[in-house]
Amino acid sequence: MTDLPRASRSAAKHTGLILLGLVMLYPVIWMVVSSLRPNNEIFRSPGLVPDSVQLSNYGDGWTALASPFGHYLVNSAIVVLGCVIGNLVSCSMAAYAFARLDFTGRKLFFATMLGTIMLPIHVIIVPQYILFSELDWINTFLPLIVPKLLATDAFFVFLMVQFIRGLPRELDEAARIDGAGHPRIFLRVILPLMVPALATTTIFTFIWTWNDFFSQLIYLTDPEMYTVPVALRSFVDSTVATSWGAMFAMSVVSLLPIFLAFLVGQRYLVKGIATTGIK
Amino acid sequence: MAISTAPPAALPTGPASPGPASRRGRGGPRRRENLAGYVFLSPWLLGLMGITAIPMLLSLYLSFTNYDALSPFSEVEWIGLDNYRTMFTSDPSFWHAVEVTVTFALIAVPLKLAAALGVALLLNRAFRGVGLFRGLFYLPSLLGGSVALAIVWVNMFNRDGAFNSLLGLFGVEGAPWVNDPRWSLETLMALAIWQFGAPMVIFLAGLKQIPVELYEAASVDGANAWRQFRAVTLPMLSPVIFFNLVLETINGFQGFTAAFVLSNGTGGPVDSTLMYTLNLYIKGFTELQMGYASALAWVFLVAIALITVVLFSTGRFWVHYADGEDR
Repeated sequence: MTDLPRASRSAAKHTGLILLGLVMLYPVIWMVVSSLRPNNEIFRSPGLVPDSVQLSNYGDGWTALASPFGHYLVNSAIVVLGCVIGNLVSCSMAAYAFARLDFTGRKLFFATMLGTIMLPIHVIIVPQYILFSELDWINTFLPLIVPKLLATDAFFVFLMVQFIRGLPRELDEAARIDGAGHPRIFLRVILPLMVPALATTTIFTFIWTWNDFFSQLIYLTDPEMYTVPVALRSFVDSTVATSWGAMFAMSVVSLLPIFLAFLVGQRYLVKGIATTGIK
Repeated sequence: MAISTAPPAALPTGPASPGPASRRGRGGPRRRENLAGYVFLSPWLLGLMGITAIPMLLSLYLSFTNYDALSPFSEVEWIGLDNYRTMFTSDPSFWHAVEVTVTFALIAVPLKLAAALGVALLLNRAFRGVGLFRGLFYLPSLLGGSVALAIVWVNMFNRDGAFNSLLGLFGVEGAPWVNDPRWSLETLMALAIWQFGAPMVIFLAGLKQIPVELYEAASVDGANAWRQFRAVTLPMLSPVIFFNLVLETINGFQGFTAAFVLSNGTGGPVDSTLMYTLNLYIKGFTELQMGYASALAWVFLVAIALITVVLFSTGRFWVHYADGEDR
């Protein structure tokens, strides 16, 4: 007797989840379908099956701006690569110091680091802009990359500290008895063991930097230096009412790397937020 | 070796003693450990000084000046509290921005958290395809912050957009959502709620930590599903709810990209999407009133700090820590 209600409840739950999943996916699918539709069809129906498929939007979009869209993809890739390397090196070094070294002022610095996790960038953006423009760094990628080389993404320092604390200290001791100094212990013992934390950092840095709009908008004003988000938004500016399809096509292109990162790194993404996020 | 082997972190609790290395002797080794500490910490220390602390102080100083980015530093004038006075008494855009931002956070954050918790409860039990659903619901929180998705969103809620066509199927006549000051902010809220996946994943991790015995005991006592939710799930999950609330509130206050794309950088129509950070950007980087923008930034920082303090003080009344520790 009790089986029937349970089965139907489970069926209802599944149906609900599938419906919700469709609602969640609708904007993404609509974007992809719109990128394949002729311009005069995009705004006519909510449906997701195009009457005719045309790939020409992609060609049009690729060449619609001052430089081919690939140029902006490369710019974004350079920024992302710089930020990933910066975060991996600087945050892991800071995390090793916080988790394993006993130095004067450690507690104070650690508290300061936690305090900066939620610090909005808007509070420092004006003086930072002045600083970087005094250094003549506007319209270079340096204002975007150099802060990462200086471990300003405290979130990742914290994530790595948490991870290193979970590694057995006996490993360090053993290496020390073998005569290894701190640089050696860090490079040979700790780093190889913290690959999962490094992977989480890589994938989050990748996605956040790729999507970041605020600082790229401020520091990159020369169209030659535009990254993908800034280039895409100049699309909105320049679009004559007829090239919607091209704009959606480039939107799809710009989200592809995120989508791939999600597929490859889903495990690390989910575990990453779960570990840092939890009590 | 999974990352979940890391011990649970006490996020907002201050310096939870990162396990000091055993102190070996005095003098030599101790000094060497100090040296190593500062060497490893040097990039972070440099960043703390150069990128964070000094710019923060500079921004505080600039907030008392009329610096406008066009004239040289030597002509910067100290104008005392003038920027703050203007802001509070004679700049309507400031109050518009405050109203828009607070409205946005007050509505979007609770709805986003409710969606996240609701779906997390549905996905908490293992069933076939649960991983697929989790990924599916999580994906929007990765895509949603991008310019590309903001563009898609704005066009979906155009007068001729997909949303209105959908309503048309049911015979409902829609509004020009993004161009209508009565609805434009709601469009942005919908985009924020659509990204409930990130807090959902955190809720899921929290739900996994609740001991099954508690539910068994409650069920033996005759508690139905609703009662179990109220008496077991909610209190046990309250630290995680609290964490998500703080995080999402602070994030909610900082929304920028979608508002910028929707309004083409103006905060329109009629200031209806003038999020605080967008106003700050306009003042500082469009109108180049950088002194004034610094004052805006400091008011923002103080407001966020105050809200966090208020959240923490109310948290004492409803956040339950299993270890009984008073935080």
